[in-house]
Amino acid sequence: MIRRGGALILSAALLAGCASNPPPKKAAIPVNEDPYPSTYHPYPGAPTVIRGATLFDGEGGQVDNGTIVIADGLIQAVGGPETPVPAGAFEIDGTGKYVTPGVIDVHSHLGDYPSPGVESHSDGNEATAPARPDVWAEHSVWPQDPGFSRALANGGVTTLQILPGSANLFGGRSVTLKNVPARTTQGMKFPGAPYGLKMACGENPKRVYGSKGGPSTRMGNIATTRATWLKAAAYKRKWDKYEKDGGDMPERDLAMDTLRGVLAGKILIHNHCYRADEMANMIDMSHEMGYKITAFHHAVESYKIADILAKEGICSAMWADWWGFKMESYDGIKENIPFVDKAGACAIVHSDDANGIQRLNQEAAKALADGRRAGYNITDAFAWRWLAINPARALGVAERTGSLKQGKMADVVLWNGNPFSTYTRPDKVWIDGAMMYDARNPRLRPVSDFELGQPGEGDVK
Amino acid sequence: MIRSALAAFLLATVAPAAAQTVAITGGTVALGDGSEPIPGGTVVIRDGKIVGAGVGIPFPRDAEVVDASGKWVTPGIVAGFSRLGLSEVDLSADGTTDDVARNGPFSAAIDVAPAINPLTTTIPVNRADGVTRAIVAPNVARNIFAGQGAVIDLGADMYPITARRHFQFVELGETGANAAGGSRASAHVLFRNALREASELRRFAVPVSSSAVPEPGPEPVVRDPNESRLIGPDARRSEDVLLTRFDAAALVPVLQGRQYLLVHVERASDILQVIRLKREFPSLKLVLVGATEGWTVADQIAASGIPVIASAANDLPASFEQLAATWSNVGRMRNAGVKVSIGMIDDNDTRNLFNERQYAGNLVALQKVPGATGVSWGEALAMLTSAPADAIGLGGQLGSLRSGKRADVVIWSGDPLEMTSNVDAVWIDGIRQPLETRQTKLRDRYRDLTPNTLPEAYRR
Repeated sequence: MIRRGGALILSAALLAGCASNPPPKKAAIPVNEDPYPSTYHPYPGAPTVIRGATLFDGEGGQVDNGTIVIADGLIQAVGGPETPVPAGAFEIDGTGKYVTPGVIDVHSHLGDYPSPGVESHSDGNEATAPARPDVWAEHSVWPQDPGFSRALANGGVTTLQILPGSANLFGGRSVTLKNVPARTTQGMKFPGAPYGLKMACGENPKRVYGSKGGPSTRMGNIATTRATWLKAAAYKRKWDKYEKDGGDMPERDLAMDTLRGVLAGKILIHNHCYRADEMANMIDMSHEMGYKITAFHHAVESYKIADILAKEGICSAMWADWWGFKMESYDGIKENIPFVDKAGACAIVHSDDANGIQRLNQEAAKALADGRRAGYNITDAFAWRWLAINPARALGVAERTGSLKQGKMADVVLWNGNPFSTYTRPDKVWIDGAMMYDARNPRLRPVSDFELGQPGEGDVK
Repeated sequence: MIRSALAAFLLATVAPAAAQTVAITGGTVALGDGSEPIPGGTVVIRDGKIVGAGVGIPFPRDAEVVDASGKWVTPGIVAGFSRLGLSEVDLSADGTTDDVARNGPFSAAIDVAPAINPLTTTIPVNRADGVTRAIVAPNVARNIFAGQGAVIDLGADMYPITARRHFQFVELGETGANAAGGSRASAHVLFRNALREASELRRFAVPVSSSAVPEPGPEPVVRDPNESRLIGPDARRSEDVLLTRFDAAALVPVLQGRQYLLVHVERASDILQVIRLKREFPSLKLVLVGATEGWTVADQIAASGIPVIASAANDLPASFEQLAATWSNVGRMRNAGVKVSIGMIDDNDTRNLFNERQYAGNLVALQKVPGATGVSWGEALAMLTSAPADAIGLGGQLGSLRSGKRADVVIWSGDPLEMTSNVDAVWIDGIRQPLETRQTKLRDRYRDLTPNTLPEAYRR
């Protein structure tokens, strides 16, 4: 998608070059916007039918005694018992079980803060300057992080976004991965997923830079962030003109490339922000500078401004019950997720944690129960949006995954009970139609290089 | 908690005497001792104690009857390892954290009790989710010994201490190695040296039987006859000591076996070293904390009789001392005969103790996972209630609904190991507790965002 955009710009520039007479300018040379391309490929999978399970489709719908057909990496059909199934398909009895789209975590540091959490592995924060939009999380991701396998086997996570940390106002680009083990990070990259840019407001940047030349205050955070956007706007004008008119190529700046991508709508903003008042400031900044905030992350006070977030079309990626570990999380309440949903805003359950990512279904269950107790009576299937279509939208991949719809990637979890129960675990997980985990088959349990030859290798974790 | 005499006095002034007896009827009752739940049970509370729990328990006609039909009744959760009450906000909030003294001169002598703030917001939030007691340990600073921990209750009053200076906490794994200057070997030398210094002072201590005589009253001053003698002019020490006198004196009760010693280790080889300490110093009353790799040496732990307070939610090689981490650790140790309970080691130990029940539910879930080792429902509940109390010798008064125990009782809307169940009512020492928290007040202020005639700040 990004490459195609570049090609269009190039041909427009060529046409412009032909139309004008003297002096013939050099045509713009296109910049490769995807220099570390995905090499992910789906693994082979047998045509498979699951019958008799309860389906949560990830968009709010539920099918009891449902049938789902998977083949050629895609979801072929979803429906009731009458759904036609292909001859010769591998049949699974789903009676008493549940099927959902694979869990999507929009906020993970697997790979850039991997296990074991030793200093040599600490690659999530380029905390050397407050604005580092030039760094890319994928260049920190260690694909041998054992955490990926736990997220798959215990959490049913099939897609996840790896973000830089929040030390910086501009933390760098994120990368969206398929949770399929690979030798390289490119081998895990979700093909065609747009890049994200991590931004941060509040305590972390001012704490990290307070003694390193600033910013040391929230107002300093905002000033530095605005000043950086102004530079980006100038850079964008210069490069837009070059791509249109040709001539001498302007000097490239990796940081500004990323910000220009945001201003052009190609890179999605994922903004670490806790407090309601700070989110409001960031919303105004996005209007001032001409970009869109896709999601606030952590968003502990989203419930205070859920109406504004609904109006702005901004998602909130939240924990069920984390609170109080710092001042900007002090007003956390257990109804944050359901209250955001109730206001018609986009609610997402996120982890930000190598353990939490293994039970996002249970985190959603807690939020669902607290919401119901506060009078927000929604179905289980409706709450599953928080783990499926909503995070898929925030990652810009909702056309391809995030729900059980015909033609979408067959990213599917078969749970051995209701996934909102603490007593439930994934039974099988498919990614692009390939069975990547089966609780009953020890050979279908990934073991990272790091864990080979170590105590507990290959154990049920 | 308010001691029973004062509680009786307070109640007598505000309520008729009959209010002291409560009968909770019709609920599914789980005793917390490892047994499976009993449908249609009754729990009777009188004067702060459990009178009886089970089917057909009689109660006086003037008892306050609480209908728990369709609900579940259990003992309150005992947070197995925590820093509850020591911190309001963990990071960059000056003056709100008391779990560690990084620049102080003392280690083993530190006693967390004076730092416990019963009004910290973490206490009502956990109380409202069914946690009624907590084992509270300090964190280590520059010494392997963190200091002396307490057992607290989460009651809405100014008397949080159930047992003061109940245990000493020491780090002998990776954290201990760091505190000892960089190696486990150094940590073990420091440990032995500390006990040597304590043993020098033990000569001046009085016999075990006459120790720790509490004063009567709501918050007794523990006048330990050891202390004045240990720090008096006669108590001579060698010249080459490393510990302050207070720190050495604080380890005398550990050496005498009058105070529990909680030892945090994770790695299998470190666990075996702790078991060897028990052979070297037979009087130590050891409890293992953490023990991520415990399952690999479960038979040895079981044979030692040392109880374990483990992290249940622990399946990553988060450090090189946790390579064999698995959810099955708890179940496998338990099957080998180890006395296991659940704590929040290296987890959200200052504020999210309420998630212990989620972890316990997950242990039950493992029963259905091929190759994993889970625990039964009754055992899982016990690991949150009676087992941690037993591990530190307080099982006689805490952690179950057996008669005579302190009446810490919770009514849940459903199965307490399901996170979709909420708390309906909590009693601590027989006193009904408020369930309102700062969080519920924020919730109620913002549950309706429709603009009003006054700002939100006027809503409460």
